[in-house]
Formats: sequence, C-alpha cells, structure tokens
Amino acid sequence: MLTLALLCIPAFFGLMMFLSSDLSKKLAWVGSLLNAAVAIGAAVAVSYGKTEMLEFDGGNIAPLGAHFALSINATSILMVLLNACLLPFIVHVASKHEMRNESAFLSLILFMSSAMMGAFLANDSFLFYICYEAALVPIYFIILQWSTAENKSKIVLKFFVYTLFASLFMLFSLLYVRQFADSFLISDMIAAGSKLSQHEQVWVFAGFFIAFAVKIPIFPFHTWQPNTYKAAPTAGTMLLAAVMLKMATYGLLRITMPMVPAGAANADWAMWLCVISIIYASFVALNQTSFKLLIAYSSIAHVGMIALGILANGNTAYEGALIEMVSHGAIAVGLFFIADMIESRVGHDHFNKLGGLREKHPAFAFLFFVIVMASVALPVTSGFVGEFLLLQSVGSHNIVMALLAGLTVVFGAVYMLRAFQSTMLGKHNAELAFAEMTASEKMVLTILVLITIAIGVYPGILLDVVHKGLQLTGI
Amino acid sequence: MKELLLTALLGIGVLVLDILNLKKYVLPFILLALATLVGFIAADWNTVETPFNHTMLVYENGANLALGVFAVVLFFWFILSSSYFKQHEGKTDLYALVVFSFCGAGLLASFGNMAMLFLGVEILSIPVYVLAASKKHDLASNESGFKYFILGSVASAILLFGITLVYGATGSFDLAVISNFIQDGKDASIIMNVGITMILVGFLFKISAAPFHIWTPDVYQGAPTWITAFMSTIVKAAAMVALFKLFTGPFQFYVEANGYTIGVIAAVTLIASNTAALWQTDVKRMLAYSSISHAGFLLSTIIGNASLLSLLFYLLTYSIAGIIAFGVIKETQTLEGNPLKGLYRRNGVLAFAFTAALLSMAGIPPFSGFIAKYFVIAQLIEAKYFALVVVMIITSAIGAFYYLRASLNVYQHIENAGRIVLTPLIKWTYILLTALLVLLTVAAGYMHNL
Repeated sequence: MLTLALLCIPAFFGLMMFLSSDLSKKLAWVGSLLNAAVAIGAAVAVSYGKTEMLEFDGGNIAPLGAHFALSINATSILMVLLNACLLPFIVHVASKHEMRNESAFLSLILFMSSAMMGAFLANDSFLFYICYEAALVPIYFIILQWSTAENKSKIVLKFFVYTLFASLFMLFSLLYVRQFADSFLISDMIAAGSKLSQHEQVWVFAGFFIAFAVKIPIFPFHTWQPNTYKAAPTAGTMLLAAVMLKMATYGLLRITMPMVPAGAANADWAMWLCVISIIYASFVALNQTSFKLLIAYSSIAHVGMIALGILANGNTAYEGALIEMVSHGAIAVGLFFIADMIESRVGHDHFNKLGGLREKHPAFAFLFFVIVMASVALPVTSGFVGEFLLLQSVGSHNIVMALLAGLTVVFGAVYMLRAFQSTMLGKHNAELAFAEMTASEKMVLTILVLITIAIGVYPGILLDVVHKGLQLTGI
Repeated sequence: MKELLLTALLGIGVLVLDILNLKKYVLPFILLALATLVGFIAADWNTVETPFNHTMLVYENGANLALGVFAVVLFFWFILSSSYFKQHEGKTDLYALVVFSFCGAGLLASFGNMAMLFLGVEILSIPVYVLAASKKHDLASNESGFKYFILGSVASAILLFGITLVYGATGSFDLAVISNFIQDGKDASIIMNVGITMILVGFLFKISAAPFHIWTPDVYQGAPTWITAFMSTIVKAAAMVALFKLFTGPFQFYVEANGYTIGVIAAVTLIASNTAALWQTDVKRMLAYSSISHAGFLLSTIIGNASLLSLLFYLLTYSIAGIIAFGVIKETQTLEGNPLKGLYRRNGVLAFAFTAALLSMAGIPPFSGFIAKYFVIAQLIEAKYFALVVVMIITSAIGAFYYLRASLNVYQHIENAGRIVLTPLIKWTYILLTALLVLLTVAAGYMHNL
C-alpha cells in the first residue's frame, strides 16, 4: 500500500492544484513533504524488514499481458528516496520565482515526479516503459511554457523526439523478450531473457542501451542535453538532471543487466562509448563560461561514470552505482540551485564576469565550496564514495578504462574549481549588486551540504538499507 | 435490426423537422437518438440477431460494439460541430446527410452478405461526396467533392467487380457460404483470388492506404473542416471494420497466402505518408497524411491476427484525437495568418486538447494512442513481422517529430491575442474528450472483460 501511496500522492495533489489554483503553493508543499515522509517511512520499513506493505499487485491486465505491479526492493528504495526527498527542494525553487500560471507549473512538476516514481516502483517492465515515457510529457510542457530561451521550440522538439525515438528501441527489445516470457513482470522477463542465445542477447542489449544512452546521456547521443538543461526553468532542469536521467541508469541496473547478462558481458563497445563520453564531456566543460552549461557537461561525465561502472559489472558496481546516483542527484540540485541564485541576482550565469563574492558573502562561498568539493569527489563527500566504488568496478574489468575514466576526477577538479575561483575569489567587483542569501536559500544549501557529507562520511546509512533489502527481496 | 431502423428513421426525422420548421430541436433530437442507439446496443449485448431469419445482416457482439464506437464518436462530433452548423443555411440537409452516411457505417459493421457490404459502402460514401462539396462558393471544396466522387466511384466499381468475381467462384454472396467453400478444402481458383484482390484494392482506396492514397490530402484539405473530421474518423473506421471482417473471416486464407504483400503495402503506406507529412506547412494537410499513416497501422491488424477489440480500440482513440484536432483547427480558422500560432494565449483548453490529441496520435504514453499502437505492434511481433515493426517504430519517431512541431506552434508567444470564447458545453466536451484519451489507457486493461 505504501508503494501505491507513493505513486498516487504527487499525482493526486497535482490534480487538486488544477482544480483550486489559489491553494497551489500550499498543496505543492503538503504533497511533496507528505511524499518524502512516506518514502522515508518505506526506507525505515525496509531496514526493519517489514516488506508486506511494499508490494502491490493490481492484477493481471490480460490484453496487455502486463501487471500493474509495484514494489520497493533493494535497488529501487534509494531511487524512491531520491525522487521523493528532492521534490520539496524542487518545489521550493519553483515557487521562489514569480511566474505566470504558477499552479499549472507546480502541478506539472508533481505529475512528473509521479511518473518517475512509477518508473522506479514498477515491478513490471511494461509499466516501467509507460512511466519512463510518460515523464516526458510534463517536462515538455514545462520547458515550452516557462522557458525564457529564444529557440525553446527547437530545443524541446529535439529533446522530445530524440528520447522518444530511442525509447522505441527499448520497446522493441522488451517485446522481443516478451515472446518467450510468461508476462511482462520483471522477474519473468529476466528469466526469459537470460535463456536467450548470446547472439540474441547482444541485440536485445543494444536496443536497451540505445534507449538509455540517449536519456543518460552518453556520447554521441548527448547533443540534446546541454541546451535543454540551459533552456529549462531551473526547477525543470533539476528534475531532468537529478531524477529523470536516473530512470535510465536505474533501468540499466534493474532490468537490462540481469535480463541479458551475456549481452551485457559482451558490451565493451558500450563501455568505450562511456569512456569517450566521460573524457569528451570533461574537455568541453573546461571551455564553458556559462555555469549552467558547465554543470550540464560535468553531469555527462558523472553519469557516464555511473553507466560505465554498471556495465563493468564488478562486485562493487551495484553499491557504487546506487550511491553515486543519489549523490549525483543531491549535488546536481545543489549546483543548479546555486546557478539559479546567481542568475536571478545578476541576470546571467557567466562566472567569468563575476568575482570576489566571498568577501561579502562568506557563508555562500562556504556552502558553494562544499558542493563543488562533493562534485569533484573529494573524500569525506558523497561523490568520493560513489566514484571510488565505480572506478574499482571498472578497474576489475579493464584497467585501461579505469585509468582513462579516472581522468574525469582530475578534469573535474580543474573546471569546477576554476568556476568557483572566478565566482568567489579575486577582486570584488564593486558594481556587482549581489543580494544577501535569504534564510530559505541558506537552509536549502545547508541541508544539501549535510546530506552530501553524511553520505560521504558514513555511506552505511544508505548501504544498510540496500543490503537489508537484498536479503529480503533480492534485486 | 432496430439499430438500423433507428438511424434510417433518424435521417428522415431530421428532414421532417426542417419541414415543420423546428430547426432548433434538430441537434437535441439527434443526440437523444444516438444515446438511445447506444442503449439498444447495451440491451442487445450477448445476443445474436439475424433479422428476418436471414444472414443479410448479423448483429453479434462485434458488430454491436463497432456500431457503438461509431455512435459515440458521432455523438461528440455533433456536439463539437454544433457551433459551425449554427450559422449554416443548409444545416438540416447536412445533418441528414451525415446521419445517412452513419447508416451506411452501421451496415458495414453488421453485414453478413456481400450485397449488404456493397450497399453499406455506397450509403456511406455518397452522402460524403455531397458533404465534401457543401461549401458551394468555395472552389477548393468543389474540387474536393468532385475528386472524391470520381475516384470514389472508380473504387466502388472495382469493389463491385471483385464481389462479382467472388460470386462467380463460389456461387454465393453469403459470407458464411464463402467461408465454408474454402474450409471444405475446395481450391481457391484464380478468379476468386483476383476477385479478392479487387475487393482489397477497393478498400485500400476507402481507408486511404498506399498506393491508393493520393486523393486524401486534396480532399481533406478542400472539404469543410468538420466534414474532414467526419471523413477521417467515422467513414474511415467503418471501411476499416468491413475490411477487417472480410479479411479475418472468409478471406483469411488469402491473408495467410499474401501476408507479406499486405505487410509491404502497410510499410509503404507508413513510409510514404510520414515522409510526406514532414514537409507540410498546412495543418489540415499534415493531418491528412497522418490519417494515411494510421491507415498503415490499421491495415497491419489483418495480418497480425489482431482481435476486433484491439482494432476498435485503435479506431476509437484515433477518432477521438481526430475530432479534437480538426475541431480545434475549425475553431481557429477564422483568424488571420497562421491561426494556430499562440493558441494557448487565446484559449488554454483548446491548446491543451490539441496538444494531447497530437501526442496521442504520435503514440506517446500515457495517451491511449500508445496502447492502441502497442496492441498492433505486439501482435505483429507474435506473427513474426519484424521488418514491418521496425518500419513502424522508425516512422513513429518521424511522426512524433511533425506532430510535436505542429503542437509547438500553439505555444509560441504572440502579442495582443484575442480570446476565443467557447460555450460551456463545448469547452467541457473538449475537456472530457482529452480526459478520455488518458482514461482509455486505463480502460485498455479491462477490455478483455467484454
């Protein structure tokens, strides 16, 4: 029942907001906080071994051969937590700015969160596919209606058609495996998929990989991402970067790897694409002066690392990927939050035109610094734990790949620190009117900083839940 | 039988109301009759009726359901188009023609005999020839009606020729007799095969599948928009249901022997329509090509062993999206320049409904167009038509591109947009239909209970 609640709460509040637009802000807050509370409750339930509440099967939908089946298990619990707990932050950012037709904006955010929650909760691959695609519709409207970019129609068209087209390959793979499976339930599909011949598995894997590679995104399928991140309103970018792309890495981890193990084992071409993606994105990031684009490219590098680690399938890949997905989500929200703070104050996000903010705003500088450190994977932050485990997994597969991918940490330090320096250090620009941080901004950043440090110091808080879930339910 | 009588009498009743000078009651009268029709269908559920103990018409669940789908679509069509016909001088004539055409659709849902099939096709088509040309002073409308008439007549003639050849081979018009003829192990002669091919060609024209689709864009663009909506939904759906009944029933052996040819026709339809739609600047023309591409999907149902239920589901979702899209185009047609541009500033409901309709046609979850396409694709995969599925997937992506491009236009910013005001009835009908596009996805899960 908890799972059904997690799926329905955001959708229900989203619908309510359509009907009573005066209360929309309050409803968005109540809905997102309630959802976060339920998700934390679910995590506690997993760690205490109470799983009765976490399964839901709405029965067999015969004409589709699918089940409306939801479950929380070892793999999904962290993603559910991530999605539910970041939602209040996103609602905060969304309601911070004055904007036209706010209730529709907030309700679309809640709808999107609900669709993504569906993808994480789905115990049925067909349901996963539907939710995976359905999440595109709200973000399409969000970008179209509230983006201030000039060429937003072009950007959103490319983004939408590109990801949609790629997902169709996943649909094809799913349907192919479905012929041999009893139902679309992920467990049935895994049983059927792993019996396929190696040749078939390679093709099925390729179908999945193309779909996920566009969403993650991995070079050369990434071209939609930087512009979309820059054009979307900040709340939309957060949804995209922090949660939406995790649907792809989650799908890789939960469905593809177990379903076609022989296909995944012969996927060195995909891994090399990830490596290229990591190095390429790092190089491009070095040349960015727009903070949002910098974060977008650094994001490509980080998620490329996640995909690489998962594909390498070393014994630390599973934990590493989960931790890094959560960590990347929190850091991405933090970085985009900072970008939004800068942009709303000075009207642009080109950090080379800023400077010396630390003199006047030491607290901001400190919080910014910690998040930057987490992003470059400094020990004691969450970024370190994830990247370390992932690199270890890659290293056990192919040491050359690990060395090349490891360069991302070096490059990351260069471009992130450069951005930090030119914003915060140096001579203070007297003409620059930079307003003091508001209390709520301080609070948001502090919470995000605490989360990243907590995970970095003691990743066990997350891993214990995962391990407990593994004992109880399996992957 | 009472369903057929009701619709036929309804058409005459509409004309009588005009004579009695009761024009303002025409619309409620029609809506009431259509609601009664749906009631009749519900009452007749799970019964098989063969009027006059003869198999000219057979009312079983499949036929009733198809008729119900047509009636529901027509019901909403009448509500949404009411504002257009309000000013039209020949309103009742046009209403009567639409109802007569619907009568033909009813025959095509329930025929059990080739004679009834031909009658159905003609009753369905002839009023539409007139309707297409009903904007008397508009050259494009005249051209549309004329083109449709000439080409439609040729197609009907080919169909009729095919029917006679099949009669020559089997000695009967009766579908049951023709089925038994094949099942008894008698060889399908060359005459029979040629006859069936000609019937197929006739229907390919009616559902506008390649290579007989060239007329569609001109006719759809020229005809009055609400008539285009009627043609691309109910007329097409009725022809498709008849095609499906024939080729999954008595002519199934033909499909089994020529599955790949039909698959190629479907693939060519999909490729030709989607690539052509990419270059259209007129939305109506774009929707005409989209309608052709849906014919490709519909045609593939007969080679994929699909059930009638999944075909009707496809037709229902496509028709709902179709009347929304054409309706929105009609609402904005009086505006200058590019009428859809910035529609969201003029009327949010229309803008949202239009986008939802196009997304559903593109087959994007959670809209029901996705499930409809999924049914078709899943059955094709089971029947091992992988190449056709790949074509479908690629053309769907092309489709998504031009559907989205059209809907993006709606969200462009324009200065001092005049509002479009809708009456509450029409506004809520648009909202209801948009909601249906999502709700049908859920309903798909319960279809097997029927």
